[in-house]
Amino acid sequence: MSRSVNVSRRDFLTTSSGLVLGFLLKRRVTEAQEVPRALLAGGIDPPPSHKPNAYIRIGTDESVTFFIPRSEMGQGPTTGCSQMLAEELGCDWSKVRMEIAPVDPESYGLQTTVGSLATRTTWVPLRQAGAEAREMLIAAAAQQWNVSASQCKAENGFVINTTNNQRLSFGTIADKASKLPVPQNVQLKDPTQYTIIGKPVKRLDTRDKITIRTQYGLDVRPDGVVYAVMERCPVFGGKVASLDAADARKVPGVRDVIQITGWEQYQMPGGVAVLADNTWSAIQGRKALKVTWDEGGNRGVTSASIRQMFMEKATDGNGAIANKRGDADAALSRAAQKVEAVYEVPFFAHAAMEPMNCTVHAKGDGTAEAWVSTQSPTTARAVVAQVLGLTPEKVAFHTLFCGGGFGRRGEGELSYVFEAAEIAKRVKGPVKLTFTREDDMQHDMYRPAALIQLAGALDAQGWPAVFKASLACPVILKMPNGVDPINVVGLADLPYAFSDFLAEFHEANTHVPVSFWRAPGAAHNTYFAECFFDELCAAGGKDPVESRQRLLANAPRLRNCLNVAAEKAGWGTPAPAGRFRGVAVSDHIGSFNAQVAEVSVTNGRVKVHKVVVAFDAGQVINPNILRQQIEGGVIYGLSATLKGAIHIDRGRVVEANFNTMDMIRIDEAPEIEVHIMPSTEKPGGVGEATNPVIGPAVVNAIFAATGKRIRALPVKPSDLA
Amino acid sequence: MPIEFTLNGKPQAVDVPPQMPLLWMLRDTLGLTGTKFGCGVALCGACTVHLDGRAVRSCQTAMQAVAGKKVTTVEGLSADGSHPVQRAWIEEDVPQCGYCQSGQMMSAAALLTTTANPSDLEIDRAMRGNICRCGTYSDIRRAIHRAAGLMKGA
Repeated sequence: MSRSVNVSRRDFLTTSSGLVLGFLLKRRVTEAQEVPRALLAGGIDPPPSHKPNAYIRIGTDESVTFFIPRSEMGQGPTTGCSQMLAEELGCDWSKVRMEIAPVDPESYGLQTTVGSLATRTTWVPLRQAGAEAREMLIAAAAQQWNVSASQCKAENGFVINTTNNQRLSFGTIADKASKLPVPQNVQLKDPTQYTIIGKPVKRLDTRDKITIRTQYGLDVRPDGVVYAVMERCPVFGGKVASLDAADARKVPGVRDVIQITGWEQYQMPGGVAVLADNTWSAIQGRKALKVTWDEGGNRGVTSASIRQMFMEKATDGNGAIANKRGDADAALSRAAQKVEAVYEVPFFAHAAMEPMNCTVHAKGDGTAEAWVSTQSPTTARAVVAQVLGLTPEKVAFHTLFCGGGFGRRGEGELSYVFEAAEIAKRVKGPVKLTFTREDDMQHDMYRPAALIQLAGALDAQGWPAVFKASLACPVILKMPNGVDPINVVGLADLPYAFSDFLAEFHEANTHVPVSFWRAPGAAHNTYFAECFFDELCAAGGKDPVESRQRLLANAPRLRNCLNVAAEKAGWGTPAPAGRFRGVAVSDHIGSFNAQVAEVSVTNGRVKVHKVVVAFDAGQVINPNILRQQIEGGVIYGLSATLKGAIHIDRGRVVEANFNTMDMIRIDEAPEIEVHIMPSTEKPGGVGEATNPVIGPAVVNAIFAATGKRIRALPVKPSDLA
Repeated sequence: MPIEFTLNGKPQAVDVPPQMPLLWMLRDTLGLTGTKFGCGVALCGACTVHLDGRAVRSCQTAMQAVAGKKVTTVEGLSADGSHPVQRAWIEEDVPQCGYCQSGQMMSAAALLTTTANPSDLEIDRAMRGNICRCGTYSDIRRAIHRAAGLMKGA
């Protein structure tokens, strides 16, 4: 199996010294291990402080507009960030409007919304910016009144002189305040004073979404726009061998057919673009293309051949050590009872509801304009600039709302931006490239398939004590030590106090492009580890909740979530007739959660009736948005547990649309009961916290119901027959 | 020859091929982009509109089937968010990414015209054709019950 394509793409991602893919990925190389750790812990990229004007505009009409340096894919950062700014500013929340900030690295640093980091990276700088602006407004009012600033306060859009209750509205002094120096070392509020942070204020993006004023990338129609779709080689890495576009050109509405040679070294091998008066004509024209492909060396690859390669890698004894404690091998060799299992998962697609799309106008005068729903506008702008041979500042960039992201629109997954810019380079006027659903599903950058060999043993009393894992998986982030820090999340950092622990990583690349999905690493490892933990519990005849409680003695926040979820779910009491419970936990992205799933299995059909989630996010910014994310993550993870996946045959993706890659629908959505732990710890991430946990909770419940261990996802009826 | 129909209460004529799906005519020809493209084959419901009051998938509705009929798109619910379904969606803060919600609201509005007070089971049946990848289903369910209440009160 050829790996050359993947390796060269990785080189591109990690060593490009040019503009493409920006600061984040460059930093990853230079700081090797540290940056991914920081990325996972939420330590990167605070936008520079002391520029409150970059974030806040107060109009003389008393309007307050916040410029949010994060993208909105639905996880709510535009509201959460606004709450942080408003809390410290002291404005009237009902007057707040928000806009997604323009791309401006000087003001905002790297604008990227990945890794459930939006809140964590803005928590300090945005509150500071709000406080700085507040102090400037107070100083301006104090000057006007000729009193000391210390006797003034800001509240609900006014500066108030506390000695005589005189008031000046923000709008009347905003101009004067903006000319004052930015104060240093502003005092941030104590959490006990919060009136906006922690409150379930309404989302600022709802009304526009309901009244159809929100513009997603796919809704952009600049004057004179031409609509494009692209035909790509179904086998990843293949390229055009010959093209006959005569019939396609005859299709009414088709304007042109362009062969895109692409960027082979970046795993974007190009294809054939059909341009037309509207999207439908472009699709019709594409159907009339006669393309023969040079499919390359991967046409024989199947899911089964990939699995076999994973199995060989996982058992080759050459794993790179991701984490280690004690001596797991020695402990296993002397164990009276050894538990062993192999678990695996296929590739998964992101399947955002808005298919990938990008609109670019290369104006031919040394400038360009681009309209993109992207999680990573700084990098997307750099991509457009690089393809067009411009500097990024020459690209007027519009960051639009995303119809879902889940990683597909983030750093390293901007193939759709490359392609659109490549087409735009050869076209006069603006071009909109649209992926059909089939394009989106068959030319995604997938969640990696993975296989893990697990071995474990018990202590003398029968509690889980030894845990050894050999994970084989395609690399997302290549590191000199051979451990992909992304793909071992949720495994190398397992919270359990095993006496002997070993986690090894085996690089097992395929020609299938892989990248960040919702909760990369944790999405597969939490399933592997939490289900195998249950196998250890069963081997020792121990209760799954009690075993976790014992081994989480040094993880108090996670243990507390476990206790609350177990209690609220009635763990230890009989479930309703025909229903069975399973539990799983996760310490991930700075948050903690435990889930108990209540499941029935009838004639091979799994029904998830209810899920109880106990969640510790630290300081909560907005409890309603948190609840939405908890529920949304459960549904997203449940789709990957029970519904569609991506399979490879003849080197290409089998599934093409939602008939074969289906997702949880409303009638399959369980009741989700959410319990949020009160906390004043710093905020954790939220968007990717719950989707890794629901799978193992459900699979462990299936074991309770049937006695069958499901060691490969998604669950198939034949597993339960 | 132009195809004539009624769009959001007003007469409309468009000169497009009869096989062209209503979806792409709305989005690309008329610029009514509230109706969303999700799958193109009637599997996700993002493109749901009303044809003579019934919820249909506009991606699988050819323009020739629209001639002489009444089409209501999400823009036709109301521009100011005053339709009970929109009000309920706003009050329940339903959307996450929001992309599928046009189709969700159109399916819900059609349901409520035939079933004034739908049960959870009736909601399941009417709404299972609409995928929400963000997983807003519990909010959608609450919003439909709320909209039913608002319509009764209206």
